[in-house]
Amino acid sequence: MASITTTARRSALTRNRLPRYAIWAAVVVGLVLGAALSTLVGFNPFGWGVFAAIVFTAVYVAWSGVVEGSRKAKDKLATCLVVGAFLVALLPLISVIWTVLVEGTKGLATPGFLTTSMNGVSGIQDNESASDGTKVLGGIYHSLLGTLLITLWATIISVPIGLLTSVYLVEYGNGNRLSRGITFFVDVMTGIPSIVAGLFAAALFATIFGPGTKTGFVAAVALSVLMIPVVVRSSEEMLRIVPNELREASYALGVRKWRTILKVVIPTAISGIASGVTLAIARVIGETAPILVTAGFATKINTNVFADWMSSLPTFIYTQILNPTSPSNPDPSLQRAWGAALVLIICVMILNLVARLVARFFAPKTGR
Amino acid sequence: MSKRIDVKDLNVYYGNFLAVEGVNINIAARSVTAFIGPSGCGKSTFLRTLNRMHEVLPGARVEGEVLLDGDDLYGSGVDPVAVRTHVGMVFQRPNPFPTMSIRDNVLAGVKLNGKRISKSDAEGLVESSLRGANLWNEVKDRLDKPGSGLSGGQQQRLCIARAIAVKPDVILMDEPCSALDPISTLAIEDLIEELKANYTVVIVTHNMQQAARVSDKTAFFNIAGTGKPGKLIEYAATTEIFNNPKVKATEDYVSGRFG
Ligand SMILES: Nc1ncnc2c1ncn2[C@@H]1O[C@H](COP(=O)(O)OP(=O)(O)OP(=O)(O)O)[C@@H](O)[C@H]1O
Ligand SMILES: [Mg+2]
Repeated sequence: MASITTTARRSALTRNRLPRYAIWAAVVVGLVLGAALSTLVGFNPFGWGVFAAIVFTAVYVAWSGVVEGSRKAKDKLATCLVVGAFLVALLPLISVIWTVLVEGTKGLATPGFLTTSMNGVSGIQDNESASDGTKVLGGIYHSLLGTLLITLWATIISVPIGLLTSVYLVEYGNGNRLSRGITFFVDVMTGIPSIVAGLFAAALFATIFGPGTKTGFVAAVALSVLMIPVVVRSSEEMLRIVPNELREASYALGVRKWRTILKVVIPTAISGIASGVTLAIARVIGETAPILVTAGFATKINTNVFADWMSSLPTFIYTQILNPTSPSNPDPSLQRAWGAALVLIICVMILNLVARLVARFFAPKTGR
Repeated sequence: MSKRIDVKDLNVYYGNFLAVEGVNINIAARSVTAFIGPSGCGKSTFLRTLNRMHEVLPGARVEGEVLLDGDDLYGSGVDPVAVRTHVGMVFQRPNPFPTMSIRDNVLAGVKLNGKRISKSDAEGLVESSLRGANLWNEVKDRLDKPGSGLSGGQQQRLCIARAIAVKPDVILMDEPCSALDPISTLAIEDLIEELKANYTVVIVTHNMQQAARVSDKTAFFNIAGTGKPGKLIEYAATTEIFNNPKVKATEDYVSGRFG
């Protein structure tokens, strides 16, 4: 500690502090001792990491306790615990992304993966490509299209219903019996298992259009059952934080209530509403079960949501894994499934990015 | 433009709570009237009944008559929204619309109501309203910037410009200067002097000097105790209220002996 040795008089306000290199020294000690301890129980990288973390925490905290006193030591212990919890929480996410990247890039990089469907691809082609080492035929175009169309229609259904419901709850409900009832059922709907939503939509359309009605639109209805409560909840919260003063300012100018809602309240809250909607889409885009029971699994390109079966990325992955196109050579199917999974994750990430951009774009402008 | 207000036996309720009781007052056109009184005596509550803003709150209601040039605001068949285009209001805290530019804030009364207005008329209205609110010179170069980027005092004058852009007959102001510095306060007081030529102005204030400076007549409200309704104690020319009030409570209040 150069500063202490050079200043003649020690300030009454300073305390002993760990030297700068302390943390790195503790890291080295942790890594070495951790390696030693983990070899005792049979070395593997995971065990090494765990032991290293424990040893590091113990050394660092004890050292700090000796030099800096117990308050600083407790502070360091808490920091270690918080950072550790963060790393543990991050681990599954990183490992999922890593696995999907590693397994999926090969499928995604295959020419034609994004532009062809599974139409005409059967076990024969897969066996050939497996035995000759030629490229894996077939792609996810039909599923990507299906996912986009089904989610688009689910959004078209859910956003107006959800937004109008939240407007009713915030602007007209005033906590009356109806609005409390709606809030209760929205809460219940939030917890509905997605397969139940799928069964509901399938049963609804079976009663109206006859049994076995499976189209993209039925799937969209099933997804909107899952989406509506999320949209209601997030928009409700956003509308509630619009200051009452703005409503009163508008009323005082002689503006009617519906115009006030349309032109003052919703524009003020739009950034939050839009990002809430985007996150709701991201939440349903990966649903598998409700789509299986409502849209079936198609292998052909279908652009019409109102007729015939439709594929989607999750159901594509599901069927490729469970029923490989060639039962004797599942590898090509596996490759396609991982590729589709990678595309799905990319979709979700794009949606999350879009949510942020949307929030920033619509946010009320401040500054001069 | 500029109408008189006559209030007869007005009781104001929040649900079952009688907040203001038995107010009778006659406010002349083209005058400035100040409401003073201790906190919680119902000045804001009463003021908000003059443009039917009171009933915006759930459970709030009113008994009695408020006549605007002889027409009862609370008569059957009266549209509260129409009332508010005649009686404008400026709030205690400046509240420009955050999603709108300065220009759009001034035009809010027109645009939010979906009325069509030609570009040149809009420009003229923006300039005359901002000039009327003594703000034109400060913002004329940045009319397209957001209104929330102005200082507090400028924002308050923007709100006044917004209120006069709909060309009301009466302007109500609830402590318009309580969040402002002395210089902005003076700017707004000067403005009130000018507004008097065309509008009936009613202002709530806690600042005695301000009431004395700007108003022609002053109304003193008081409250007997918590949970009791507020009442209009004395209403007279401002010089009289401050120099020789008839009621002891008024004298105590304006001389600073209570409240
Ligand atoms: N939204 C409301 N619901 C119920 N009671 C209210 C409401 N607003 C005000 N009151 C009550 O009405 C009475 C008068 O309040 P008001 O706001 O009119 O007082 P004020 O004279 O404007 O006070 P101040 O000078 O502090 O602004 C008070 O007793 C207050 O508690
Ligand atoms: Mg008040």
